[in-house]
Amino acid sequence: MRKYEDIITAYIIILLLISLVGIFQSWSTALTIFNYCLISAVMTIGANIQWGYAGLINFGIMGYTALGGLAVVLVSVAPVPEAWRVGGINMLSCVGIIIGMIFLIRYVLKKITKSKKRNYLITAIILIGLLLLKIISGPAIVNIEAVDPAKTGFLGGLGLPVLFSWIVGGLLAAGVAFIVGKVALGLRADYLAIATLLIAEIVVSIIKHEDWLARGVKNVIGLKRPAPYEVNLQNTTWFIDLIEKLNSGKLNLINSLVDRQNTLNQLVIEASSVFVKLCFAGLFLSVVIILLLLTQKALYSPWGRMMRAIRDNEEAANAMGKNVVKQHLLIFILGSAIVGIAGAMMVTNDGLFTPGSYRPMRYTFVIWVMVIVGGTGNNFGAILGGFVVWFLWVQAAPLALFFIELFTSHLPETNAIRMHLIESAPYFRFLLVGLGLLIIMRYRPQGILPEKVIKQ
Amino acid sequence: MDFINALLLLLNYTVLPALTYGSQLALGAIFVTLIYGVLRFANFATGDMMSFGTMFAVLLTYYFQSKGINFGFLPTALLTIPFATLIMIFYMLLIDKTVFSYYRIKKSPPVQFAMVSVGVMFVTQAIIRIIIGTSDRRFLDGEKFIIKATEFKEMTGLNEGLTIKSTQVITIFITIIVVSIIFWFLNKTKTGTSMRAYSDNEDLALLSGIDPKKVVLITWIIAGILATIGGILYGLDKSYRPFVYFNNMLPIFAAAIVGGIGKPFGAFLGGYVIAFAEIFLTYAYKKFFSYLLPVNLMPDSMMQILSTDYKFAISFSILVLVLLFRPLGIFEGKRL
Amino acid sequence: MAFFEGNMMTGGYGDGPDIISSCTITANRGEIVAILGPNGAGKSTAMKAMLGLLKLKSGIVSIDGEDISELSPQERVKKGISFVPQSRNVFAELTVKENLEVGAFLRTDGISKVIEEIYDLFPILREKKDQIVGQLSGGQRQQVALGRALMIKPSVLMLDEPTAGVSPIVMDELFQHIVQVKKTDVAIIMVEQNAKQALSISDRGYVLVTGQNKFKGSGKELLNDPEVRRSFLGA
Repeated sequence: MRKYEDIITAYIIILLLISLVGIFQSWSTALTIFNYCLISAVMTIGANIQWGYAGLINFGIMGYTALGGLAVVLVSVAPVPEAWRVGGINMLSCVGIIIGMIFLIRYVLKKITKSKKRNYLITAIILIGLLLLKIISGPAIVNIEAVDPAKTGFLGGLGLPVLFSWIVGGLLAAGVAFIVGKVALGLRADYLAIATLLIAEIVVSIIKHEDWLARGVKNVIGLKRPAPYEVNLQNTTWFIDLIEKLNSGKLNLINSLVDRQNTLNQLVIEASSVFVKLCFAGLFLSVVIILLLLTQKALYSPWGRMMRAIRDNEEAANAMGKNVVKQHLLIFILGSAIVGIAGAMMVTNDGLFTPGSYRPMRYTFVIWVMVIVGGTGNNFGAILGGFVVWFLWVQAAPLALFFIELFTSHLPETNAIRMHLIESAPYFRFLLVGLGLLIIMRYRPQGILPEKVIKQ
Repeated sequence: MDFINALLLLLNYTVLPALTYGSQLALGAIFVTLIYGVLRFANFATGDMMSFGTMFAVLLTYYFQSKGINFGFLPTALLTIPFATLIMIFYMLLIDKTVFSYYRIKKSPPVQFAMVSVGVMFVTQAIIRIIIGTSDRRFLDGEKFIIKATEFKEMTGLNEGLTIKSTQVITIFITIIVVSIIFWFLNKTKTGTSMRAYSDNEDLALLSGIDPKKVVLITWIIAGILATIGGILYGLDKSYRPFVYFNNMLPIFAAAIVGGIGKPFGAFLGGYVIAFAEIFLTYAYKKFFSYLLPVNLMPDSMMQILSTDYKFAISFSILVLVLLFRPLGIFEGKRL
Repeated sequence: MAFFEGNMMTGGYGDGPDIISSCTITANRGEIVAILGPNGAGKSTAMKAMLGLLKLKSGIVSIDGEDISELSPQERVKKGISFVPQSRNVFAELTVKENLEVGAFLRTDGISKVIEEIYDLFPILREKKDQIVGQLSGGQRQQVALGRALMIKPSVLMLDEPTAGVSPIVMDELFQHIVQVKKTDVAIIMVEQNAKQALSISDRGYVLVTGQNKFKGSGKELLNDPEVRRSFLGA
């Protein structure tokens, strides 16, 4: 069991840290952090498959996260019949046109040999297709977006259970990853990084600006959740009874009936929030565990060994007849799908979809820092990285505030520098994460839990 | 007459802005390409380094203004260029010494360098936000316009006015000067030739007695000049906002790759290719055609090929086409 | 004592096994010395050791009686030792003239005279002086590579397989150029695969086997030595 000692110690430390937040701040905050740690962990599993198993740099994490979020809207929101009536047929025919274009291009690629003529033909198909799309979708989009724009103004979703959207999020991300991979995977590592970064930017800008799809920057709020609502819990007898029972010692000390009732109400409100978060934590934890089991199994399967062989020596693997391009595409799709699931989980957790909030710093680079800090190529490491870095990311501001107060305590309250620093406390998270990355890369380039620990 | 009006319209709303924006991208793209060519990595801290230099220009501009120092009808920010550039170069050399040099000596793969530059990006962004915050700042003073639309209309009697902003002229003018000096330096001086030699074939350059430390030093100095001036010009023309600078990295990368990464002159042209494509493809041509076509043929739509929301999509699409068909850049095989 | 000597050199790459052991190569000015041997015999390694690209475990490299074993390759360049690698031996993106200028990077005096001398030696380079080297033919590139190395007016010129990948006609031409360079009082050491042709222009030759000196002698002696002929010259 020696080889697991490091892993267990590392996880105990981070869980203790989160518990400290529970004790000193509140359990609700601690659980929020814990849930986000779990979501981050799913993202890092996805990124780690691509980077750790295959050495692919995907700086497009943000795009797949956003696609996962989009899936939640498309699956769980109730359809808007009025919007479908005014523009549904046109939008569906657009989908038909796109599918038609794809088949036409495939047909051309198959039937005509590589030549100038073929290129012109494909260009013509694309241009005519785009023109058709624009003509057909244009008026429909105007109509759809005019349907009660303050509340809907989009087609809505399918009205299915929200958990279903996690799978759809994965599939959506996988689909886009397939196209991206086909185009970009032949590129050199650093070109791939730049290309994926740009593609993610485009995916997000489409989601942001195509209001008929998911309301764009007007956001979708009040999404369904796979857990009970706090308000409902607070009126449920068994829940109130449970809280009363759990806190009976404390409650019995209060004599006044009114005070007792007030305290109980307070406790129920707090507990309901904790209970909901625990439900989410349970769901997320199951996803993490399932993914961890699957990825670990894959890592030690012949396929995993082949992937690492390809990563460590692409030419040799190529020479041995391994289809590197195909394997890279596969792993690119798999990793992106997992990130898509995480994106769906996140939006489900938040209960709202805000396309404007997808920024590469938060959704691409921080995730990368998690993978590198945690341990490249090691799933336990990647998950740990998700926990550690997310914890630092959210706790950096209070930490910075504490140190600023400490070091400027000799200055008067109104000192300009002191006030400026206190105001800037939220930005210290960038400093902390950046320095963390630089220090780990310099002094422990394999990450906190290196790959070889479990290789032995 | 209508023809002249139509041309003026295009000049005013597409050519001039594209030349200006292209110049700003070009300076950044040469910066990216030099770092890539000489130090051999894609620098993801590009946008934030430009932001860093510009931040000092903004702060110094405020300081000069408070001291009553100004530059007449020109923006005060131009006076701050030497100081901001010096601070920028100092910061870059500090980062190189404490971060990048370690990996250079170890001969780390470019991927690792790129990842390290992400760390530098975070740290730089943190410093910027801690010092100046995240808000949008305008620091342009002096004359705003060289020619105003109304004046132009009165002068010429044309329907369509021409507005020339001083920042447009300043940007183009300074870019011409900076780029000329840099290309003169790279192509005509011994140090410049040794830099190109080092970028082309490092081992042979070492065998020829070229000092790598000096090459690295000069590269950062030029990078500092380009980053600061490019950043200041962009900030004067639009405004200074850290987040926007981070995002500008994307079209800048596209410009550098389109021009053939590692080739400074290619990057220079690449900047304009991206800028012209972005602006020409998102411009609404309705008014343009209203001058040229008879009334009964007037189009109903805006005659816009793509919504301005998709600027990034354009630089990206160009990038994908280039990467697929001419991975060495559109000027591949040409002497630049 | 010879002008340029690598005496009893032993060493390998990094912590790896020794590739050359007790290997000795010497050359005098105005002399062409060929290093021959089967693949993996350590020919290039011996040359790199003399250049300082490889750290020796034991042995001494000296030029004109001065021990330079501890000097870096750049410092050896300053001592007049020039090297033409086998591949990537020109700056492909620079012009012919710029290649020569970079070759003279360490010179502080006027270089236009030296460039003229190189043009006299390789007239084709004068014609193509403003062309990008990447656009020249293989043979012309090798001349640029030689020209670049000669710009410091070296006393020792080391060539790693100068004729690799060029056609037989170009090979003959190149060997003629090398002979011309030798006449300018330069010590030339070259590693060659085309043993027969190399020996025919060499004053002396070394045959290395598994990193050790196996045979040595004048070009003629080696060409006529039956054992050398049988094992290395394929006749």
